[in-house]
Amino acid sequence: MDKMKEQVMKNMEELGFPVIVDEKSGALQWVDMRELRLRYFISIENIKPFYEGLKEGKLMGTKCKKCGRLFFPPQKDCPSCMDSDIEWIELKNEGTLETMTVVFVKPPSFGMYDPYPVAIAKLDDGPRILAWYNGDPQQVKPGQRVKVQVSRRKEGYLMYELVPL
Amino acid sequence: MSENVAVIGIGHSKFGTRKDVNIAELCWESMKPAFETANLEPKDIDFFVVSNAGMWSSEAAVPALIAEYADLAPKGSMRVEAACASGSAAVRIGYTAIKSGMADIALVLGVEKMQESPNPNVIELIGRFGSYFWEFENFGLTFPAYYALHGTAYMMKYGATEEDYAKVAVKNHYYGAKNPYAQFQREIDVETVLKSPYVAWPFKLFDCSPITDGSACVILASEEKVKELGIDEKVWILGQGVGTGTANLSRREEFTSLASARYAAEQAYRMAGIDLDDPVKYLDGANVHDCFTAPEIIAYEDLRFCKRGEGYKLIRDEQTYIGGKIPVNVDGGLKSKGHPIGATGVSQAVEAYKQLLQKAEPGRQADITKGRWLAHNVGGTGHYSYVTVYGLEKR
Repeated sequence: MDKMKEQVMKNMEELGFPVIVDEKSGALQWVDMRELRLRYFISIENIKPFYEGLKEGKLMGTKCKKCGRLFFPPQKDCPSCMDSDIEWIELKNEGTLETMTVVFVKPPSFGMYDPYPVAIAKLDDGPRILAWYNGDPQQVKPGQRVKVQVSRRKEGYLMYELVPL
Repeated sequence: MSENVAVIGIGHSKFGTRKDVNIAELCWESMKPAFETANLEPKDIDFFVVSNAGMWSSEAAVPALIAEYADLAPKGSMRVEAACASGSAAVRIGYTAIKSGMADIALVLGVEKMQESPNPNVIELIGRFGSYFWEFENFGLTFPAYYALHGTAYMMKYGATEEDYAKVAVKNHYYGAKNPYAQFQREIDVETVLKSPYVAWPFKLFDCSPITDGSACVILASEEKVKELGIDEKVWILGQGVGTGTANLSRREEFTSLASARYAAEQAYRMAGIDLDDPVKYLDGANVHDCFTAPEIIAYEDLRFCKRGEGYKLIRDEQTYIGGKIPVNVDGGLKSKGHPIGATGVSQAVEAYKQLLQKAEPGRQADITKGRWLAHNVGGTGHYSYVTVYGLEKR
């Protein structure tokens, strides 16, 4: 990438434009001078109790007071009852692993991690959860029991993960 | 209002790494043959729709871009997005525009120029076609990984193997090698797939469709226009179903099937008058969404080509080659033809036209005896599913 930038600078100087020749096809490419970085602000105002719970090592979901429907990930409105009268409850933090993958080719924003296993488990309370699997993927057996626990990420924040029981 | 809608013109660009053209030029590469096969000019188009997922490419206002390049202004247009099913969403817009009577002739264009961005950026962006906040932000799921979760579940439940998955890639490369528009025009063997590096276990590099530039175009017309223009070469849209899945995979009941695809298939079969218990009896072949190898096998089951849990046997027994129970992806599929996100669904419509009118290239023409071809196009991991049935005779 740095080598390409050098070439662009050189071509700009010599040819007058930010261009490079594509190595494989030989076709001339204009190299965009406008770079965009994306970072979103995502509202968690209505699911604050989820993060308060996580800080204490608890996995919180929402439950409709009227029909008892459980939601994970938590949501503040129940479409079954057209009602927003929900309560926060602590979900049982154990369940059974249903499927798994190991991500070898990572997005650049996860570049600081080794290949990471991702799993989906069905919690004993009913809802399913997707998270990193902190264990040896090669040792996983059908019906593998797992526990949800909280750990600190390399980026510095707290997040839930699945660990083998 | 037009009860029946026909595909009367088709065009397809070469798929692959297209550093030699810009977006508008790439569009024209498929638009020109579409106009020529329909024997129409830009002025004859009432309405046009462009499917383009974008983000990785520079131009966002693609309909305006091609209105300018191809003399379509001031006709009405829109850009549509349904992740990897964007192309079929665009076909639906064109189809419903004519069915409703709002247009007599509509142009449907699918285009994607993914290689305007470096591969790492594309991998980053494509991982966001699910639940961004709960599944990407903290767990970095890539697109292969979303489907790998299904591939693993399927192997665990039914005993399929990585070798079975590899056989899908081998078949699709076999036919891609015979398609001059395909990105990869070479055959591979099971060994090549099994020895390639892991991308998202159990998927390896050769289980995955590539990052592709390309465009495809179809021109649709009402029954009255077909009559008025005296068009002989056409295929009819007999039915189309569409379904939507949850954003979070964790909100789904199972990972061995896509509920939205089953839902879309049932709708399409009902519309097309196809027996839900034995659709194969009505079809000469199909294009299914093989963005990875396992989803092709899952598609066999969601489309009822076989019973649940028996899809891997179809590929093991080579029943989805020409001459088998039902030929699937004999244009190379996404796997070998390439998968320019917005163009894929339109490319499937082009293939339905070519197959049914027996215009496919030598070695990849299916036997046409029943006169119907199916296209199955999935956006995200079953976040959107479209199933379309094309036929030589209108219903």
